[in-house]
Amino acid sequence: MPASPTASPAESPTVALFVTCLVDLFRPSVGFAAVKLLEQAGCTVEVPSAQACCGQPGYNSGDRESAQAIAKGVIAAFEGYDYVVAPSGSCGGMIAKHYPELFAGEPVWQPRAEALAAKTHELVSFLVDIRGMTAVGSRLEAVCAYHDSCSSLREMKVQAQPRLLLQSVDGLALRELEAPEVCCGFGGAFCVKYPDISNAMVADKTADIAQTGADTVLAGDLGCLMNIAGKLSREGSKIRAWHVAEVLAGVEAPPIAQAEAPGSRGGGGPGDGP
Amino acid sequence: MTELSPARFNEQAAAALKDAPLQRALGNMRVGFIEKRRKAAEKLPEFEALRDAGVAIKTHTLAHLDLYLEAWEQKVVDGGGRVHWARDAEEGRRIVLDICRAASARTVTKGKSMIGEEMHLNPFLEAHGIEPVETDLGEYIIQLRRETPSHIIAPAIHVNKEQVADAFREHHTGLPPDRALDEGPDLLAEARTQLRDRFIAADVGITGANFLVAETGSSIIVTNEGNGDLTQTLPRVHIVLASLEKIVPTLEDATTLMRLLARSATGQEMSVYTTVSTGPRREGDPDGPAEYHVILLDNGRSDLYGTEFQEVFRCIRCGACLNHCPVYGAIGGHAYGTVYPGPIGKVLSPALMGIDAAGKLPNASSFCGRCEEVCPMRIPLPKLMRHWREEEFGRKLSPAAVRRGLGLWAWAVRRPALYRFGARFAIAGMAFLGRRRGHLKALPLAGGWTAHRNLPAPQGGTFHDLWRRRKSNRRRDRR
Ligand code: SF4
Repeated sequence: MPASPTASPAESPTVALFVTCLVDLFRPSVGFAAVKLLEQAGCTVEVPSAQACCGQPGYNSGDRESAQAIAKGVIAAFEGYDYVVAPSGSCGGMIAKHYPELFAGEPVWQPRAEALAAKTHELVSFLVDIRGMTAVGSRLEAVCAYHDSCSSLREMKVQAQPRLLLQSVDGLALRELEAPEVCCGFGGAFCVKYPDISNAMVADKTADIAQTGADTVLAGDLGCLMNIAGKLSREGSKIRAWHVAEVLAGVEAPPIAQAEAPGSRGGGGPGDGP
Repeated sequence: MTELSPARFNEQAAAALKDAPLQRALGNMRVGFIEKRRKAAEKLPEFEALRDAGVAIKTHTLAHLDLYLEAWEQKVVDGGGRVHWARDAEEGRRIVLDICRAASARTVTKGKSMIGEEMHLNPFLEAHGIEPVETDLGEYIIQLRRETPSHIIAPAIHVNKEQVADAFREHHTGLPPDRALDEGPDLLAEARTQLRDRFIAADVGITGANFLVAETGSSIIVTNEGNGDLTQTLPRVHIVLASLEKIVPTLEDATTLMRLLARSATGQEMSVYTTVSTGPRREGDPDGPAEYHVILLDNGRSDLYGTEFQEVFRCIRCGACLNHCPVYGAIGGHAYGTVYPGPIGKVLSPALMGIDAAGKLPNASSFCGRCEEVCPMRIPLPKLMRHWREEEFGRKLSPAAVRRGLGLWAWAVRRPALYRFGARFAIAGMAFLGRRRGHLKALPLAGGWTAHRNLPAPQGGTFHDLWRRRKSNRRRDRR
């Protein structure tokens, strides 16, 4: 689906995709889905090769120095593009909200961090808010609960945008959680440093998902999804989990933590893109 | 019960998760407070503007704290009251004891005071032959149960109704054992009768303070039970326990903050009782104490003043951050092992006890950010927790394995080519192991994860490798 006329379709910005380490390592299909959606929105997509991590693990563990060192690499690799887009509110939020804070008071790096922050977006909000996308052409037979990741919701103000686009997916019905604002218990290192507390939180979340009657859960952050899907899988639940980008672009891979997607083509991967 | 300590946070949290009555009590709390606050905030169109006004008042006060403290002290003294500055809990306790002894006190009634908790006042008074009687219903319940508060505004939130009835039957001897104690009102009525005599017998009344007002020298408390009024007007001596962050310039400022406090705390528009005390009884006053003392406890606070942590002094102790915290909601207040639990406790406790003692707390957060979102005073609690983590990391207090792991990670991700080379193998291995089911049930070094959930298997191949391949395929196709 092309961008709507409000987003000046004549312009074709170059977008640098910040893949995120989890997508890179665990679920490349999310990256390819993001590329497909961005191209549908009229963008030229580049994937700077000098990228790995946004620095958040160090930053949140109090290791400001290595977070700064990593951030400098990201800034240098990404500042030359029109936009930076990440299929994650968490990594997007790190760049857009925390980089400026990380370099507060540094004469050279603060302005560079702020400039990069200003053009960095979470994927789905970028498609809707910046590119004016209002619908996609994909199809999935599913009753979906949408999980708002904390950083998407609070740092990147992503809430209505994914719901808007999901409504246009053929065959898909949306259900709301009872407590959509509550953390799923992932929290990066939190889930392995405090496994029992994290488990109580994710168990509440899977119970909430189940009570909606949904057969599928979607979210915009792979960290939350691995946590939720991993818990559902341990509970023996049949509820499927995908990254929202995969569904918007058209599902090509089995659900997270499951080997086969009923009704999906399976496989996925590099050759399947546009 | 072994003494609770922040150093044993993990064990205490694990025990709390298995404590069925506690989990039942927490389940009730979570929905109640959150709904009430949401409704109260929605009903007030200018709620966000009110928050800004509250922040502005406190920010201004903190910028001129010395002036306002001096002005306030002068007013208290002019009105015939006394101000005592206590450097730490021990000095605070000593001052209380001296005042009680001078008044030949045998019984002391107490309104709710978190500063009193910081001082560990009750056991100290008991050890010196003075009986403290808590008059706030929640505090009274936990005093009977010999517990500390598990919440800063609802100290007995962890206790179920049946447990209260049990405590009453055990301690209120001389009443018919088969009396009805099933409903809240039964319990309230019984507590009230029990407390009535104690109010009259007390020689000294101790209360906390929600605000100290510089322009008048007043202290203000808000309660829903009216116990504070009786505690401070009936005895001959009134002691107020407070700390520097309670200071506000004017009564007008205090009312602005009170509007925020009640809504954020319990979803009320106003607390039921607001009690202003300004010094001892004057000529012609119908009632009031003969002596009025304020003890201002520092307990490490002035060390934070002027640092990045200063923002925490905006806190008005509404408890909203606790009510909305998923970690607090899972484990309750006692597991923290500190006077202040929840997000505010994670920021305040390392200041009061030292980061080496309380370092586990600021780490125990998923940084979901909901506390900051609901904090009426817009205190950036996650950011301040992160500052404590930085302090801990900088002083090499964080676990060695974590430090080594992070160091290696940071080193590798700054060398993307090398990182990718290593990742390729790790990912290929995991993808192979998980290929049949789509997930792994266990993995070396990932026990924290796989104890409770399966690990989704990688799809195989990193995005970057696949992307590069796709690009070269496209190039070849074009040729
Ligand atoms: S930190 Fe904010 S939300 Fe928490 S108790 Fe203080 S004022 Fe209330």
